Amino acid sequence: MLDAAKTDETLLEVNNIEVIYNHVILVLKGVSLRVPKGGITALLGGNGAGKTTTLKAISNLLHSERGEITKGSIAYRGTDVGNLSPTDLVKRGVIQVMEGRHCFEHLTVEENLLTGAYTRKDGKAKVAEDLELVYSYFPRLAERKRSLAGYTSGGEQQMVAIGRALMSRPETILLDEPSMGLAPQLVEEIFNIVKDLNEKEGVSFLLAEQNTNVALRFAHYGYILESGRIVMDGPAAELRENPDVKEFYLGMSDEGRKSFRDVRSYRRRKRWLS
Amino acid sequence: MGAQFYYTIEVFLNGLMAGVMYALVALGFVLIFKSSGIFNYAQGVMALFAAQTLVGIQTGLVPFSHLINAALGTDVHHFGWHIPGILSILLTTLVMIGFAWVVIKLVLKPLAGQEPIILFMATIGLAYFMEGFGDLMWGSDIKKLDVGLPQGGNFAIEEATASLGGPDFYGFYLDNLDIWAAVIATLLVVALTLFSQYTATGRALRAVADDHQAALSVGINLEKIWVVVWGVAGFVALVAGIMWGSKLGVQFSLSLIALKALPVLMLGGFTSIPGAIVGGLIIGVGEKLFEFAIGPMIGGATENWFAYVLALIFLVFRPQGLFGDKIIERV
Repeated sequence: MLDAAKTDETLLEVNNIEVIYNHVILVLKGVSLRVPKGGITALLGGNGAGKTTTLKAISNLLHSERGEITKGSIAYRGTDVGNLSPTDLVKRGVIQVMEGRHCFEHLTVEENLLTGAYTRKDGKAKVAEDLELVYSYFPRLAERKRSLAGYTSGGEQQMVAIGRALMSRPETILLDEPSMGLAPQLVEEIFNIVKDLNEKEGVSFLLAEQNTNVALRFAHYGYILESGRIVMDGPAAELRENPDVKEFYLGMSDEGRKSFRDVRSYRRRKRWLS
Repeated sequence: MGAQFYYTIEVFLNGLMAGVMYALVALGFVLIFKSSGIFNYAQGVMALFAAQTLVGIQTGLVPFSHLINAALGTDVHHFGWHIPGILSILLTTLVMIGFAWVVIKLVLKPLAGQEPIILFMATIGLAYFMEGFGDLMWGSDIKKLDVGLPQGGNFAIEEATASLGGPDFYGFYLDNLDIWAAVIATLLVVALTLFSQYTATGRALRAVADDHQAALSVGINLEKIWVVVWGVAGFVALVAGIMWGSKLGVQFSLSLIALKALPVLMLGGFTSIPGAIVGGLIIGVGEKLFEFAIGPMIGGATENWFAYVLALIFLVFRPQGLFGDKIIERV
């Protein structure tokens, strides 16, 4: 795994955004981040830190949940995309894989994958080619292509969700919590595929993940989000070695194992940046 | 075989025909419910409005003539032309698609993401609005609808079967209009099924039905899908309006056929196109046979309630209906 982002070319730039739900609940309090071309960028943090909201702000899925970006800007390849519909974003190559898979339960696995190609206009032959490509990355889906997605396992559904996104020929995938509810082995398998897709297909990833350990092993760069703010960022290798990250997110410390109570009290005393 | 046996078959056949007519209305409900989770209370009124518009266009009525005359002091009622049936059906279809677009833009889009009950209330409002709007546009008098569909009994069938049941039996009486309705409904269902199973738009439609958010996330344009769905539902309403309107005349009570669609939906399942058809057939046949066999013993008029009781029984034992989507729950 590389220690720095692969290229310097910035694809996605989030600039100091603030997101409010229902006109009152302030969820993001000024988040800025940058996704370079060809890299895997991790967005880490605990429950309710704002990871999903950040991804949804980028992919513009906030509206249907009555969320709103009230400040800041989001640019993709230098142009402002804050007001684009999800459809237009997908056409520009940015697609989100939502937390909790969200497969179309009553569609077969193959139909699920084909819905990913909905925005494409380059003809059936090209789509069929990509379908084969997805099956080559996820051979398990090829075996189950005729079964209803609702009846497949959690791991298979995650594969369907990623495969479906791939069918849109994306440049950037916003991947939300792929490890959720999966066995460690499966998490490893999914992350290895993500790495493969990144290296062989050149897909850039912005990855929201609670599983800091796995995420930092596969990502090039990481941001740590706490209560709607970025509190730390750096190359993944550096974050892995950072004593605070080690203690709070990886559960290791130089003084050996600490009890949960000690960690909590320590956390209350110390504030990240400010 | 005695005449009684053949009478039963005749009742059965007529029940099938009536069932197709119910199914036509139920179909419109299913389309919208399946793809947006909205129970469209206005479906019956849409059928009425479509029938009114069809008659209006066909006979060259001036829309809003009462308003125009009142405001300008003129006395115009007719353009003085008569448009052929097929062409006026086509024009009415366009009107219904335009109507779908307006509903999406003005009603559904601002309410996107709200609770289903709120959307349901919106469709109730829509129903009353359309009822008034239709009357305002075309007048509230009872109109005759005739797009050239054959009416009356089918003599060929009657004569061919007359010899079956002995001297007391005069052959099966089947209404030509009902036969046509059955043929058209069958074609409609086949077309809709092919469309939803084998086209990209149909697939997107089913995807939207399953999970709005996920559909949005893969770039499916919800608004476009909704316009397609409401447009198709408008067309189905038109077909139902033509069939029922040819039978009963175009008048307010046409919108009440929607009530007959409810038990059909409970039986067939709110989310299944074939379910709407089979449900309609079961209700049609069931109520006719019940009236024929049991009705005389309990004073008749069982057709008024039979369907609802049957639906109630289904709600207890199979709430998703015969063909409704399986409620997938992983453990």
